[in-house]
Amino acid sequence: MIGVFSYLVFFACIVLILGVMALGLNLQWGYTGLFNAGIVGFYAIGAYAHAILVTAPRPDLIGNFGLPWIVGIVGAMAASALAAWIVGLATIRLRGDYLAIATFGIATTIQLVTLNWDGLTGGAQGLPAIPRPLSAWFGSPLGFNLFYLGLLIAVVGLVYWALERILRSPWGRVLKAIREDETAAIALGKSARRFRLEAFVLGSTLMGLAGALYVGFIGFVSPFDFLPILTFQIWAMVIVGGSGNNKGALLGALVIWGIWAASGVLIAKLVPPAYAAQGGAVQVILIGLLLVASLLFRPRGLIGEVPVVSRHADD
Amino acid sequence: MMLAQSIADGILTGAIIALGAIGVSFGLQILKFANFAHSELLTWGAYLALVFVAFAGPGTPTAELSFGWQMMAAMALAALLTGCLAWLVDLLIFRRLRRTGAHPMSLVFAAFGAALIMRHVVVMIWGHGTHFYTRELQIALEVLPGVRMLPDQIFILGLTLAIVVALHLYLTYSRTGIAMRAMAESPSLARACGIEVESVIRWTWILSGALAATAGVFLGLTPQLHPEMGFSLLLALFAASILGGTGSLAGAVVGGLLVGLAENLSVLFIGSGYKTAMPFLVLLLVLFFRPQGLFGEKT
Repeated sequence: MIGVFSYLVFFACIVLILGVMALGLNLQWGYTGLFNAGIVGFYAIGAYAHAILVTAPRPDLIGNFGLPWIVGIVGAMAASALAAWIVGLATIRLRGDYLAIATFGIATTIQLVTLNWDGLTGGAQGLPAIPRPLSAWFGSPLGFNLFYLGLLIAVVGLVYWALERILRSPWGRVLKAIREDETAAIALGKSARRFRLEAFVLGSTLMGLAGALYVGFIGFVSPFDFLPILTFQIWAMVIVGGSGNNKGALLGALVIWGIWAASGVLIAKLVPPAYAAQGGAVQVILIGLLLVASLLFRPRGLIGEVPVVSRHADD
Repeated sequence: MMLAQSIADGILTGAIIALGAIGVSFGLQILKFANFAHSELLTWGAYLALVFVAFAGPGTPTAELSFGWQMMAAMALAALLTGCLAWLVDLLIFRRLRRTGAHPMSLVFAAFGAALIMRHVVVMIWGHGTHFYTRELQIALEVLPGVRMLPDQIFILGLTLAIVVALHLYLTYSRTGIAMRAMAESPSLARACGIEVESVIRWTWILSGALAATAGVFLGLTPQLHPEMGFSLLLALFAASILGGTGSLAGAVVGGLLVGLAENLSVLFIGSGYKTAMPFLVLLLVLFFRPQGLFGEKT
């Protein structure tokens, strides 16, 4: 029983971390119509930035400053924001799919850097022994996981609340206006490019935050945590959950990760070990089918965007 | 001497990238979306040819090549089938999305989904490991002082050149070719002129698929097949297409060659670890300074 409970706590932590990324993507895609194909790249930047900032100094590696957890969090967000700003500056003024291609490129490049720049990232070995916040206070792994779950609930709650606030603010309304009719928004004097860039950077900052939260939870980081499939899973979460709705993004995170984990367990039980590669392929194909089917048959997702009518509409 | 060899290798990689990039350009210009599934057509082309090779064998090595006419037949059949596969994917996914008037970026999402499914079906059928068309050994020829190439590689360069010339003639003089170019310029005007849009789209997919399959078989010949072979080239394909300017055939070819050269020359300076990041660097520079590409017109 205790085994199941610990697994559920672990599962919930992962869902919340992925949920932060889904919220970031929802801001970019759901509210602004920006296509980010390199989610995993911004996530990796956040994760490595956090690891490098908080880990105790080691002679063989650059960085590792042994700074407090919160500095690592802020630094991770800043690093992802900077990367997003550079990519966004080059691509946001161009047609939408160029942003997709460029962000896809940054994810590929980041993965190469994490693999090859041994002096900074530890290369394929990764960086072990990353301090986890307050982990010394907890005797058992379950105790720490429970504490971290609470922390994550607080962080996700804060992110959700802040996003809902800014999306209801004039800034959020401009984003939607640009998404719906760019020409009209520009005619009203709004710089579409500036608002898009802001939304892109803010969304990517959340992905960096998720990366930092992930390494704070696992205490280890390696290039193999950041495979392209993750980008795809986050999309599936937003599309299936319902883009343009933050509750939908969080629900999507739960549903997709639930299906992913459950299908993994099922395949491991049913498929003989000799066919493990095929089993893994089935798991990925399942997610691909879910996403395509959702686009074709239920483009709104499970809970789609709620139409908002101005309270001045009747005047 | 190292430099000359790197340039030769770069031209070879570039020729293969160019064949794939033509299809990506067609996607961006005629179908109006970034087809992230295009790289999987390369993979599928290569593996479909492998099926025929498994039946007929690669043939007795002819001239200096490592294969015989059977391999050529396999390549032609794979091109045909991959063209049909591309069209089938359009029927199943993209055409439906076009009909429902979905957000144009939904097509890009769907393309990623299709790519994921296609790639992993390859893993399911053929497994994660590598395959070879032939295990025949080849002796490199010294084509220029200090530059060595395998006979198969020379064959690939020659055939690529022939395909590009044929394609150029097709796009310039055939009715479908002219219709494709008209669609790239303006779909609504093309429709107004009585061009059957769906038929043009169908031929665009078939042609893109066939070209991708040829590029895939070339990749498989130099020297092996694996499920990620197309996917690992995806960024290079986009970089080549955008660098050249998506509007023209020459653009995709020159873009492909430049990206191939950039990849191979970078190895001399920064080591092989970052080779696959070079297309991204090229891409960012182009998007910053000349987003319409080398041959594109400013819009």
